[in-house]
Amino acid sequence: MRKNLNVIAAYGIMLVLIILVGIFQSWNVALSIFNMCLISAVMTMGANVQWGYAGLINFGLMGYAALGGLAAVLISVDPVQEAWAVGGFNIIMCLGLIVIMIFAIRFVLKIFEKSKIRTYGIVAIIITGIIILRITSEQSIEAIEAVNPATTGFLGGLGLPIIFSWIVGAFFAAGLAFIVGKVALGLRADYLAIATLLISEIVIAIIKHEDWLTRGVKNVIGLKRPVPYEVELQTKEWFVNLVTEFNSGKLELISNITDKQAALNQLIIEGSSVFVKLCYSGLFLIVVIALLIVTQKALYSPWGRMMRAIRDNEEAANAMGKNVVKQHLLIFILGSAIVGIAGAMLVTQDGLFTPGSYRPMRYTFLIWVMVIVGGSGNNFGAILGGFAVWFLWIEAAPIALFLINLFTIGLHETNALKVHLIESVPYFRYLMMGMGLLLIMRYRPKGILPEKIEIK
Amino acid sequence: MDFLNAIILLLNYIFVPALTYGSQLALGAIFVTLIYGILRFANFATGDMMAFGTMVTILITWYFQSLGISLGVLPTALIAIPFAIIFMIGYMLFIDKFVFKYYRVNKSPPVQLAMVSIGVMFVTQAVVRIIIGPSDRRFFDGEKFIIKASEFKEMTGLNEGLAIKSSQVLTIFVTLILVSILFWFLNKTKTGKSMRAYSDNEDLALLSGIDPKRVVMITWIIAGILATIGGALYGLDKSFKPFTYFNNMLPIFAAAIVGGIGNPFGAFLGGYVIAFSEIFVTYAYKKFFMYVLPASMEPETLVQLLSTDYKFAVSFSILVIVLLYRPNGIFKGKVL
Repeated sequence: MRKNLNVIAAYGIMLVLIILVGIFQSWNVALSIFNMCLISAVMTMGANVQWGYAGLINFGLMGYAALGGLAAVLISVDPVQEAWAVGGFNIIMCLGLIVIMIFAIRFVLKIFEKSKIRTYGIVAIIITGIIILRITSEQSIEAIEAVNPATTGFLGGLGLPIIFSWIVGAFFAAGLAFIVGKVALGLRADYLAIATLLISEIVIAIIKHEDWLTRGVKNVIGLKRPVPYEVELQTKEWFVNLVTEFNSGKLELISNITDKQAALNQLIIEGSSVFVKLCYSGLFLIVVIALLIVTQKALYSPWGRMMRAIRDNEEAANAMGKNVVKQHLLIFILGSAIVGIAGAMLVTQDGLFTPGSYRPMRYTFLIWVMVIVGGSGNNFGAILGGFAVWFLWIEAAPIALFLINLFTIGLHETNALKVHLIESVPYFRYLMMGMGLLLIMRYRPKGILPEKIEIK
Repeated sequence: MDFLNAIILLLNYIFVPALTYGSQLALGAIFVTLIYGILRFANFATGDMMAFGTMVTILITWYFQSLGISLGVLPTALIAIPFAIIFMIGYMLFIDKFVFKYYRVNKSPPVQLAMVSIGVMFVTQAVVRIIIGPSDRRFFDGEKFIIKASEFKEMTGLNEGLAIKSSQVLTIFVTLILVSILFWFLNKTKTGKSMRAYSDNEDLALLSGIDPKRVVMITWIIAGILATIGGALYGLDKSFKPFTYFNNMLPIFAAAIVGGIGNPFGAFLGGYVIAFSEIFVTYAYKKFFMYVLPASMEPETLVQLLSTDYKFAVSFSILVIVLLYRPNGIFKGKVL
């Protein structure tokens, strides 16, 4: 108990902060912050598995999150029959073509000795492949995108419940991680960082511009939900009863019947959105806790000890007969899969998929700030980082506004400096993140909750 | 005649823009490479430092404009740049003293320094956005074109026009001058040589009496000059938007690595490699083939290898290929 005191204290403070938001702002805001904190926590756990356990630096988190989001679309949206009719066959043929291309390259790699001619041959295969792909797919892509472009214009998905996408998203991300890992993991740490960052940009470029698959920047809206809709809830009798019971004290104070009904209606509307958010919180909590148990078990298992050994001294671990390359690839895939789950969860919660919103600042660097601030190598630290940083990210604007008003209290309302500062309030969150990261790295380089190695 | 038209077409739409864009990337890439070679970390704040330098340039330009100072046909920003450079050097040295120095003295691993540079990135980005705002700003004044497309058509009687913006010529000119001075400095002067020695082998350089503090300071000064001029030229040619500058960090990294990180001349060429390949691959050659091929063989499609949406993706793919096959960059040679 004693040694876990700082963990409990840190989480206690976090919880109190969120409850304070609930009391002073509204429970709706508090719960949406809480939900996003949970999603951030999943992402940081993914990054922590890679960075904290194995010392692999992955600046491509954005790409995996986006693939998770794509999975949510491809799983839950109903298939667009018309689009499949006009171009489905052709697209499948193109996918086949890509597979043939990959096998052709593998074949060339296997049969021929390493030489310049082989390299040129592979380049030739890729270029002809791309040209053939473009020629065969062009018309069908146009046809697909022409199908009712205002609402569909893409192939749609499988029409399954969206919750499956959390698993599929993990597999998508794992698939990408396998390719990236095969390509880039041999690189030195900072090269790896740059390479993964750029590869994730390529992934985003594809998701943004392949409209037949993702609707691109036109966004996919109105995704299915795993939880009830507010409007339906408001008509359900049990829910109305629940709200009445919950607020019976408040309602009794109002004597007038019409006023009472109006107040009750207001409460039901508020209550329904809180209830929906609570449902999400429940689902997300299950994921976070399950992942926490698994990662925690893994950390203290022989496998976790091996990963730490590899992280701390690659050569020594290699000399002890551990396959460093294989383990690196494995942990890269596992971590990315977790980020993929988080990406799918995010899209599930928002109910929309907006490829244009995937920016490295928000989906890569912010997550890294969370991991570093929370404490790399410690799962509780990483989750706390996710909570604390996301909380600050959202509440930075009100805090900055408060501070600006405090410091410029002597200035007149129309003072140019004051107006300018108040206009640029949203950007103070970057300042706070940066200062926070710099201060933590300087004075507490292991994070708020540092890694503790205990041999049980 | 058709052949000439085709050449002018390529010059107008590929060669001149790529040369300009390449120059802008080259300056940034040399900045990245210098920091990497001497301070030994990947500076993720590159784009935002360039944005900061440009912002100062813009503010000083506005001040000069309000005083009524101008250079006539040339943009006012040119007089503002030297002042901006002084300010920028101050900023760089300030950051170094309060942020990077601690880790350098403690011999932290490069990854940690890269993380710290992310912190600097966040702060710089915030400062830029708080001071000047996130919106698009143009600060180019003076004569816009050296040759207008229509004038060129009249002059030569060709169907295709060649438009050369003065900002393009300015960019290429300034880049060439700056880079020549830099290479002269690195190769001929004693300080430059000591920098190269420090980059090659730190311990040996220390033994032979090179002052590391001086080397680091001069590196930051050069970095400040490159960041300000590179950023300002990009802003003059296109426009200033903090987010674009942050994004430009990616092709700049690509250029630096393609050229062999730590190798300034490689970075210089890498900038052009990235720029040319981006524009080559995403240009629609339909019109070009219409001039070159006989009428019967005219292509129906746009003859575009990849759509322009994938402009960035092209440079990143080149980078990935280079990393795979030649992790030390495509240009062999002495490092720094």
